[in-house]
Amino acid sequence: MNKRVVIDPITRIEGHLRIEVEVDENNVIQKAWSSSTLWRGIEVILKGRSPLDAGLITQRICGVCTYSHYRCATEAVENALGTKIPLNAKLLRTLMQVSLYMHDHLVHFYHLHGLDWVDVVSALSADPAKAAREAMKYSPHPIAAGEGDLKAVQDKVAGFVATGKLGPFANAYWGNGTYKFSPEQNLIALSHYLKALEVQRVAAEMLAIFGGKQPHPQSLVVGGVTSVRDMLSPARLQEWKQKHAIVADFIDRAYQADIIMAAEAYGAEPSVLGGVALTNFLATDDFLLADGEYLFNAGVILNGDINGVQDLDPSLIAEDVTHAWYSAPASQHPFDGTTVPQYTGFVERDTVYGKLPTLDGDGKYSWVKSPRYQGEPMEVGPLASLLVSYARGNTAVVEAVNGLLARTGLPIGALFTTLGRTAARMLQTQLVAHEGLRTFDALLTNLVSDESTYAKPEIDPDKEYRGHAMIEAPRGMLSHWVRIKGGKIENYQAVVPTTWNAGPMDSQGKQGPYETSLIGLKLEDPTKPLEVIRVIHSFDPCMACSVHVMDFKGTDLGEFRVAANAI
Amino acid sequence: MDTHSALYELGRRRLQSLRNLPKRHPHSLADKMAEFGLSRRDFLKWTAGVSSMLALPLPFSNLVAEAAELADRVPLIWLHMAECTGCSESLVRADTPNLDSLIFDQISLEYHETLMAAAGWQAEENLDQALETYKGNYLLAIEGAVPTANNGAFLTLGCKGRTGLESVRKAAAGAAAIVSVGTCASFGGVQAAYPNPTGAKGVHQVVDKTVINLGGCPPSEKNIVGTLMYFIMFGKLPALDIYNRPKWAYGARVHDNCDRRGHFDAGEFVEQFGDNNAKQGFCLYKVGCKGPYTYNNCPTERFNHHTSWPIQAGHGCMGCSEPNFWDEMADFERPLGRQTLHGLDATADTIGSVILGAAAVGIGAHAVASIFARGIEE
Repeated sequence: MNKRVVIDPITRIEGHLRIEVEVDENNVIQKAWSSSTLWRGIEVILKGRSPLDAGLITQRICGVCTYSHYRCATEAVENALGTKIPLNAKLLRTLMQVSLYMHDHLVHFYHLHGLDWVDVVSALSADPAKAAREAMKYSPHPIAAGEGDLKAVQDKVAGFVATGKLGPFANAYWGNGTYKFSPEQNLIALSHYLKALEVQRVAAEMLAIFGGKQPHPQSLVVGGVTSVRDMLSPARLQEWKQKHAIVADFIDRAYQADIIMAAEAYGAEPSVLGGVALTNFLATDDFLLADGEYLFNAGVILNGDINGVQDLDPSLIAEDVTHAWYSAPASQHPFDGTTVPQYTGFVERDTVYGKLPTLDGDGKYSWVKSPRYQGEPMEVGPLASLLVSYARGNTAVVEAVNGLLARTGLPIGALFTTLGRTAARMLQTQLVAHEGLRTFDALLTNLVSDESTYAKPEIDPDKEYRGHAMIEAPRGMLSHWVRIKGGKIENYQAVVPTTWNAGPMDSQGKQGPYETSLIGLKLEDPTKPLEVIRVIHSFDPCMACSVHVMDFKGTDLGEFRVAANAI
Repeated sequence: MDTHSALYELGRRRLQSLRNLPKRHPHSLADKMAEFGLSRRDFLKWTAGVSSMLALPLPFSNLVAEAAELADRVPLIWLHMAECTGCSESLVRADTPNLDSLIFDQISLEYHETLMAAAGWQAEENLDQALETYKGNYLLAIEGAVPTANNGAFLTLGCKGRTGLESVRKAAAGAAAIVSVGTCASFGGVQAAYPNPTGAKGVHQVVDKTVINLGGCPPSEKNIVGTLMYFIMFGKLPALDIYNRPKWAYGARVHDNCDRRGHFDAGEFVEQFGDNNAKQGFCLYKVGCKGPYTYNNCPTERFNHHTSWPIQAGHGCMGCSEPNFWDEMADFERPLGRQTLHGLDATADTIGSVILGAAAVGIGAHAVASIFARGIEE
């Protein structure tokens, strides 16, 4: 007799996500459903507004990958209007994106994902001296992992536990058998969790230097960037570089060290060696290193065939709402996509927690739709980006990936796991941090002879325009599509990373990455599904983003030519 | 009766009653300060800073100090509605270990979905238990608007599938005070912009208690922490403006304290982004700055450890702490001067020298909007 497990809220993510699974008598997951339980309707709100405001509005889709939608929307409108922005603006936008990644991925690993790997209570029984020696194994110069540091962290947590008041750490799955770090390793990681709280603030300041604030920076406009005074100030540029050095140092000496430590400790733990049942990956070009040269490449991998990487053709993207809370439209072009909600609610049934309202897997069960590429579900994100670039023979990426595999002694197949997905995010952060300095240097070089930051966009109210932009957001490929008529937004749709990953089943019964990643996972205790949380967190869910997606089905984009990052 | 003396007495009594409650944290604030290498002197500087930020005379810094040490007696429950998590992110990015963040650590954070370790059924248990255990004593912070259309079906939370609307009302019932963190919770925000497909509303529109509104997209961590501090000290709401925003933070217009104000007065404007005037930091009014219509302390507090703020980054203020700004302040990169705002006619957009005279009249009229509904004694 199968049992239903309901997990809602999934905490330590952006937004509202509900996961339900069905386990057999051995507690192995047979079926899984992923549901977003919030709809905000932002694409409906955009209609009739000025295209120059699209960036500021769509930015409010998400405050975590804040800036991604801002940039993507601004570039989609530039693409529609044919606005060619100055090189300085492109480079400065990239530096802001470098800042975002260094912040976002760090916060994800330590503060959102970390407690799935780290047992806080176990750290109490660690020997700080032994832990300090342990830390030396993973980095020649560890951060916040000296005996004194570790002792202080331990005392702090011990005091916490002694009062029986765990505050934000209360009622978690401590002691679960799939926690694999030794007490000493838990203590090291816990110390880094606290240290990362400080470091991430510095990373946020990096984006604020050229963005005005973080979250929700405010220095992009259609036609360029506005922070010209910061860009022209040597002191400001230096400030960015100093903060960059602090954060990059932490990435190298703590984040990388902890991933290597995790690879060693969890290398034989079955619950993190699955999680990539679907081996289709999608990514686009991003991170301008110099004029025309990108850090990560565009492409499509189907069925794990990294030798047969294909070019990305957006006309092959299709969309399905069979199991989403929208009325199913006829086949639609992306520029004509509609979003018409049709909520059908829950179904009452028995679960491991007693009777509860549950998802109607046979009907509609999510505010997220199901995007498909050539009819296939795809995974997007750091793992997809790295695999595509690796398959393309991208030197920097190949060296980084092979370096990590050599260091951990894992085969390349280890990338296709929950652990691999988490490791890929670290590698991507490291690449962005190191290579991003090339962008910085390119900007300095260009500033010698060019101070321009803005090209005025022209909108003719008697003309119709349409355009789009594709970028790599921290959670994967993001694209925005806009149509402009009478000087106003006629239609607006966004295809968002978490939509690709979190979408429900399609009309063909094919499931997306979240759902397929859970099938076959064994739970130690179905009422405390830590294993599920860990796998889902490895995708870094961002639900506020994911409910924004266009409606269209296998349409031909016709004369509409797509160049990634078309500016 | 001198109102400040009365308020001081109120604060003293309030803190005395807090002192009698059980401690929740093993470490005193002094321990934590030592751990982060902060001295007593740093602490006193900080308490004086908070006092002045809250527009209180210096003797109140004693109360601030005491309140900081007693912060762990006040449980905080934080709910997420229709939002983007930007307000939580703003708070998490508060200045590198300074006392603001320590105070936040000290406060007993009972429920916060972005930060808490527990998930699913166990997370919901934490919430229900906290609502019960601390009934009548907890501070409730809400991030995000409440979708009300379709009986609230556009947002459900937790294993029991409660709507956001039910959750807010249930949590509000036992709250000692309610703070709407950010423009979405305060006024509905982006999802409430026309045509508002989900019937999104501010929290104060769906509960029958007074709610403190911290406008801003996001509000600065200073405004959040200052509000918490005030509540801990006095157990009551601070003086509020007509939109229930704390006067100490939202009492002045961005335009009044802007460091580019001199350029406005001198008639020196950025005519187009990236022009020579932009490089010199001239006034952004003509490229759409909404500072004259917006009440917030961004020019003095700025964001991210005072790193910057939108106007410093060369973009006009977009009015994000004001009700309905998505509709009333658009287009963001064009001068307003063509709409009625807060019931006041804002006419301030022609060209050349006329702009100054007209703008000054239009803007001056807005000073009237600073009349506050409540005084310090409520």
